Amino acid sequence: MAATRRDFIKLSAGVGLLAVAGEPALAAGAELSSGAVGLLYDATLCIGCKSCMVNCKRVSSEPGGPLYSPGGTIPYEFRGNDRIHDSPDDLSAKTVNIIKVYKDGSGMRKDKVRDGFSFVKRQCMHCIDPACVSVCPVAALTKDPVTGVVGYDGNRCIGCRYCMLACPFGIPKFTWDTNDPKIVKCELCRHRYKDGDYPACCEFCPTGASLFGPVTELAREAERRLALNPGSEYAFPMGRIGSNRYSKRKVVGYFRKVYGLKEAGGTQCLLLAGVSFDRLGFNPGIEDVAYPEFTWNYIKKVPYLIGLLLVAGAVGHQLTKDRE
Amino acid sequence: MNQQTRSIRMWTPHTLALFLLMAVGLGFMAYRMTYGLGAATGLNDVYPWGFWLGFDVLGGVAMAAGGFVIACAIYIFNWKKYKPIARPAILTAFLGYLMAVIALFLDIGHPFRLWHPAVMWQVHSVMWVVAIHVILYTTTLGIESSPMLLEKMSWQRTLALVKKIMVGAVVFGVMLSTLHQSSLGAVFLISGARMSRLWYSQFLPYMFLISAVAMGLAMVSMEAMFSARAFNHKVDREVFIGLAVGVRNTLMVYLLLKIFFLVKNSSVAAAFDGSVAGNMYLAEMLIGVIIPLALLLNGRCRRSLNRILLVDVLVIGGVLINRLNVSLFSMDAWSVARGGGYFPTGSELMVTLGVIALGTFLFKLAARYLPLFEEG
Ligand code: SF4
Ligand code: SF4
Repeated sequence: MAATRRDFIKLSAGVGLLAVAGEPALAAGAELSSGAVGLLYDATLCIGCKSCMVNCKRVSSEPGGPLYSPGGTIPYEFRGNDRIHDSPDDLSAKTVNIIKVYKDGSGMRKDKVRDGFSFVKRQCMHCIDPACVSVCPVAALTKDPVTGVVGYDGNRCIGCRYCMLACPFGIPKFTWDTNDPKIVKCELCRHRYKDGDYPACCEFCPTGASLFGPVTELAREAERRLALNPGSEYAFPMGRIGSNRYSKRKVVGYFRKVYGLKEAGGTQCLLLAGVSFDRLGFNPGIEDVAYPEFTWNYIKKVPYLIGLLLVAGAVGHQLTKDRE
Repeated sequence: MNQQTRSIRMWTPHTLALFLLMAVGLGFMAYRMTYGLGAATGLNDVYPWGFWLGFDVLGGVAMAAGGFVIACAIYIFNWKKYKPIARPAILTAFLGYLMAVIALFLDIGHPFRLWHPAVMWQVHSVMWVVAIHVILYTTTLGIESSPMLLEKMSWQRTLALVKKIMVGAVVFGVMLSTLHQSSLGAVFLISGARMSRLWYSQFLPYMFLISAVAMGLAMVSMEAMFSARAFNHKVDREVFIGLAVGVRNTLMVYLLLKIFFLVKNSSVAAAFDGSVAGNMYLAEMLIGVIIPLALLLNGRCRRSLNRILLVDVLVIGGVLINRLNVSLFSMDAWSVARGGGYFPTGSELMVTLGVIALGTFLFKLAARYLPLFEEG
């Protein structure tokens, strides 16, 4: 499977299928599935209301969601005696989507580096060629051949936690406090698609900061926004692409990058922001390569090494037969 | 069974101490099995792998490398002079793997799904490759050490059969463990985003293999020396000197590669910057490579059994530190930046001690009741 798929990637890259002029170029080595869906998060639209977090937690706790547990309790994370606000510090086995904040100096200017602040949404990026899927020894993590959503099957998982170590974004989390543990991460609300619903974070975002849709269209939308003049007015689509709901707003100056087009070989979740992504907490050490390649470069040699070692062993034995 | 092994006394205070450690370890194992990983270990979302993986699994397998190196020398390259240490070496390998398997069983979240990789194939995963290796190699080691048991039971027919397939089994086993050692290094190839460049390189699998050879030789040498004393079993000193030369040559290659990759991927300054990673790197290099090499390059030292024993201990310690470095300390900066910290708990340490005690006890048992020190 691997060889043919990868050969096809090389082939398609060669004839330029992936880099049609005018299309935003996705990183070579990554191949979008036919119905690939994802998110576009635009930090300049985000008002930090955390509606996405609240609704994510509620919806993810429904049957089929990553936070579901029989009994159906919603894993809120209260701090101290305050039993009102769900206030997680970071992604965890109880929180698969979080709004974080960058702050500098007086923190007064939205989406500016100096004396400014910016929100950022963290969750699984749904990599086009995901490290977590490639390392899982039992294929408990899989990439949907159509939607490209990276899903998890707790019945196969042995709990080795290699996926946690491999994900360049540090996304998969583990339920440490139980003897029947599982891996938890955003699965892009795949349990809601059959009813025609889409990810709760996008559905309940009041500004269109989180937008759901086909990845190619999201990438095009992102590139379009980058080309807008700061100060001009633009109708930002809300909810999902094609919903015909828009929020008209003034464009803020963007940091000149669509995060996710190339990172880790390309991801199905893309981000735009007013400040650099390093400042928003993305590891600058993440390379523009599909991470499974690092391992595959080794594994693909294994069959040859087996042959070589067997022959070398047999020959060595014959040659030294008369040694005393 | 000859007179020497008969003289090994089983029920000594030493054995009782081993039993005590095993019992304590067993208790902590039960605790882990009942309450789960979060309760028993210091692991967390930022440090998903810890001491059991870094020490028991990576270290245990590296320790086992002596088995394939010696088997390779005797059965493939026909170096007959190492024959007297063949069985202890292969037995040690078996015990090293046993330690790794027990730790893996406890370390994975669902111990009773340990068999899943055998039926749910996923050839892209190094972890899967490693799992298949462990299964096949443990079987091979079983075959390789079976003559002892068969001799003891006087099953001549089976013994003859095993002896016939021995060379084949050894070639197969050497192939497997070469790949297994390097595959354990390959496990980390995908974690580059969080690892210090002091260790991370695309050559990591081969660094694991080379250091495992050094450690394996040191392990066999040390263990033969101990058993020579404890069990009154005479081994020709030429064997130890030969092993020491092997350690020296391997370490020289290893040192050159280490320096090459230090300069290429990181910098000498990074090793001396006083950070946790830098200090651990220096510790690993000094203990496991530079001091032993300095000792071995001195001809007089090389002929002194005491010095060789010292070198063995240093090399083993150094490689164990290396495995902990790769799996834990190389990710220190990344993890600290994300608010993570990890220190092994009492359970993790006591279980490890218990497993080591079990290995030692089994070795003693074999030395007492099986023809361990006879030529096969
Ligand atoms: S971000 Fe991490 S968990 Fe999500 S698909 Fe990519 S590798 Fe997997
Ligand atoms: S913890 Fe589970 S999902 Fe993650 S790699 Fe291991 S088996 Fe796969």
